[in-house]
Amino acid sequence: MAHTLVAEKHPLDDLIRTDRMPHIWCPGCGIGIVMRCYAQAILESGIPVEQHVIVSGIGCAARTPGYMNLDSYHTTHGRPIPFATGLKLVKPELMVTVFSGDGDLAAIGGNHLIHAARRNVDIKVICINNFNYGMTGGQVGPTTPLGAKTTTTPYGNPEYPFNLPYLLAAAGAVFVSRWTAIHARQVKEDILYTFHKPGFTFIEVLAPCPVGFGKSNNLDEGVEEMWLYRRRCVPAGRVPEETPWEALQVDLREERPIVVGRFVDEDRPVYRPVRLEDKPSEHRG
Amino acid sequence: MRGRAVLTGEHFMHGDHACTEGAIAAGCRFFAGYPITPSTEIAERIAQRLPEVGGVFIQMEDEIASILAIIGASAAGARAMSATSGPGFSLMMENIGLAVMMEIPIVIVDVQRGSPSTGLPTLPGQADVMQARWGSHGDYAIAAYAPWSPQEMFDLTVLAFNVADRFRIPVMVMSDEVVGHMVERVVIPPEEQIPRWERKRPTVPPENGFRPFLAEDDDLVPPLVHAGEGYRVHFTGLTHDERGYPDMSAETHHRLVTRLVEKVRRNADAMVRYEGYGLEDARIVVISYGCTARSARRAVAQARAAGIPAGLLRLISLWPFPEKPLRDLARQAEAFIVAEMNLGQMICEVERYVAQPVIGVNHAGGAMIPPAPILETIEEVANRGAHIGRRKASTG
Ligand SMILES: Cc1ncc(C[n+]2csc(CCOP(=O)(O)OP(=O)(O)O)c2C)c(N)n1
Ligand code: SF4
Repeated sequence: MAHTLVAEKHPLDDLIRTDRMPHIWCPGCGIGIVMRCYAQAILESGIPVEQHVIVSGIGCAARTPGYMNLDSYHTTHGRPIPFATGLKLVKPELMVTVFSGDGDLAAIGGNHLIHAARRNVDIKVICINNFNYGMTGGQVGPTTPLGAKTTTTPYGNPEYPFNLPYLLAAAGAVFVSRWTAIHARQVKEDILYTFHKPGFTFIEVLAPCPVGFGKSNNLDEGVEEMWLYRRRCVPAGRVPEETPWEALQVDLREERPIVVGRFVDEDRPVYRPVRLEDKPSEHRG
Repeated sequence: MRGRAVLTGEHFMHGDHACTEGAIAAGCRFFAGYPITPSTEIAERIAQRLPEVGGVFIQMEDEIASILAIIGASAAGARAMSATSGPGFSLMMENIGLAVMMEIPIVIVDVQRGSPSTGLPTLPGQADVMQARWGSHGDYAIAAYAPWSPQEMFDLTVLAFNVADRFRIPVMVMSDEVVGHMVERVVIPPEEQIPRWERKRPTVPPENGFRPFLAEDDDLVPPLVHAGEGYRVHFTGLTHDERGYPDMSAETHHRLVTRLVEKVRRNADAMVRYEGYGLEDARIVVISYGCTARSARRAVAQARAAGIPAGLLRLISLWPFPEKPLRDLARQAEAFIVAEMNLGQMICEVERYVAQPVIGVNHAGGAMIPPAPILETIEEVANRGAHIGRRKASTG
């Protein structure tokens, strides 16, 4: 007789708003994997759950806070970073993570992204990059490769995309990494690592959007894109000494390597508001 | 910390600085802004003052970031404010709706200048008053106050924080360049006399089943949970149910939006402010606000001295609109005159409540409307209507 083992409880149950299931994400979507990595990292962080705050903008990725059983703020399109900045400065003891999409963070919210990195405010950004605007039905975004088809670039994208790690490194983020939805372990490890890394950190996770970018570019199954990641991802040698920043440009449609890894990990004084009891030299640090 | 939060005493003070001191005295401990004339002095002074009292000042990359930062700061528990002028106020509009939906209190000061667009950066205007009420998309309600003096820059900023916190709404201080840049006597009361209305806070410990958007009291205001208190609450600009969970049904939407609007209507008495001058016997009622009310006050005094039964209803709260006193005046007045530095905005609101003729005294902005055109209008109205009799000058 076959035995079935039914687990009464999953270790992540407490972190998920199970009463909100089923979620809105499509079959084959990569966002859920990253949410799970985030939850696992929280569990392992040793930081009390009550101190974790998740903030997002608008989009499919930005729906994640609604499913996390944390203090969660689902703000407006492009605006999670300044919201998180205000919240963090008032309660520095909280661990504030921004979890949003590439369109949200790098198009409409692009100005906030670079300025928060420049200031080095202590917030943790997880950016789901699916190369398009998923929620609104697969339009071109700031990460869509040149020539790629989307619902608003039916003849191919005439614009160059952002190379997000390069952008963030230039803007001053103290930690920048890139993984894909197949790198669940590395994503979790990096989220965990950034929880203990003061300053503005940025993790880009390439993720399938089969009904959006996938459908228009011959990747209509999420799993196909996962195989592609598995086949083509190569860990970076030192950037920029061994791997030039330009090599981080991604185009899923081309048979060329997708560079992943930790690209920036340095220490820089974290932004904190002026306190008069500090001596001027202590204003930062 | 080195500075005093409440600068009790008599001062000769700049309007924008009085606003800053009102904010600090009210307990504002977070300011995010972006420089713009004629509000910049608020940012400059508060950048100096907040560190003295242990607060946070940050200059953001734009006004969108500024309003988000204050909403985030307020969500964490701070009294938070931004100050701007027309162009920046426009950039804030979308997220006024976010603060409304999340019911997170914020205070925004708009020191109005000549508009639209870049308009007249250094000169006054009053043409953002309808934008204050309706500028974000959708149905919602807020409160907005129009100071006419540096003293009121102080007092109404304090009130704005109290109303915002008490009712969980965005509150605007709709100043103008004249009042913002005017230097006058400002009396700052002792700390214990600064009124303080607290946020309603949860009285039950965090537990499953706590519904953060359930408004159980008659005032329709649910208790506000701050980040990091263990309640694990979801805040969203999406239509949400009492748990804070998104719910895309027409019923939930209607219930939520109706409550948000009704919350302000039902508590309007606590928010409405106005002042009357010579209204007891007024047959011609002048309505004005902000800097223009100073000229209106003079014009009404001159008219009364000339025996014309004129009076002034000064709107201190623009929103909620003081409809009750207006309805009362509609029983005695023959005509209304609305003086405002725009081409006719609050006049529309006046027309909603009275059947009498309503005459506008308007200017697009750039310079104060002087008393003369208001007085002339009063005289014309008095001369035209035989029934609006002249009183003997001696009794005026
Ligand atoms: C001000 C504003 N403009 C446009 C939209 C419509 N909108 C909603 S989500 C979205 C794009 C989201 O794309 P992305 O951030 O890449 O997230 P994804 O859905 O792909 O996860 C857009 C344009 C909006 N909600 N607000
Ligand atoms: S549209 Fe794309 S990003 Fe959005 S849920 Fe579906 S697969 Fe995921």
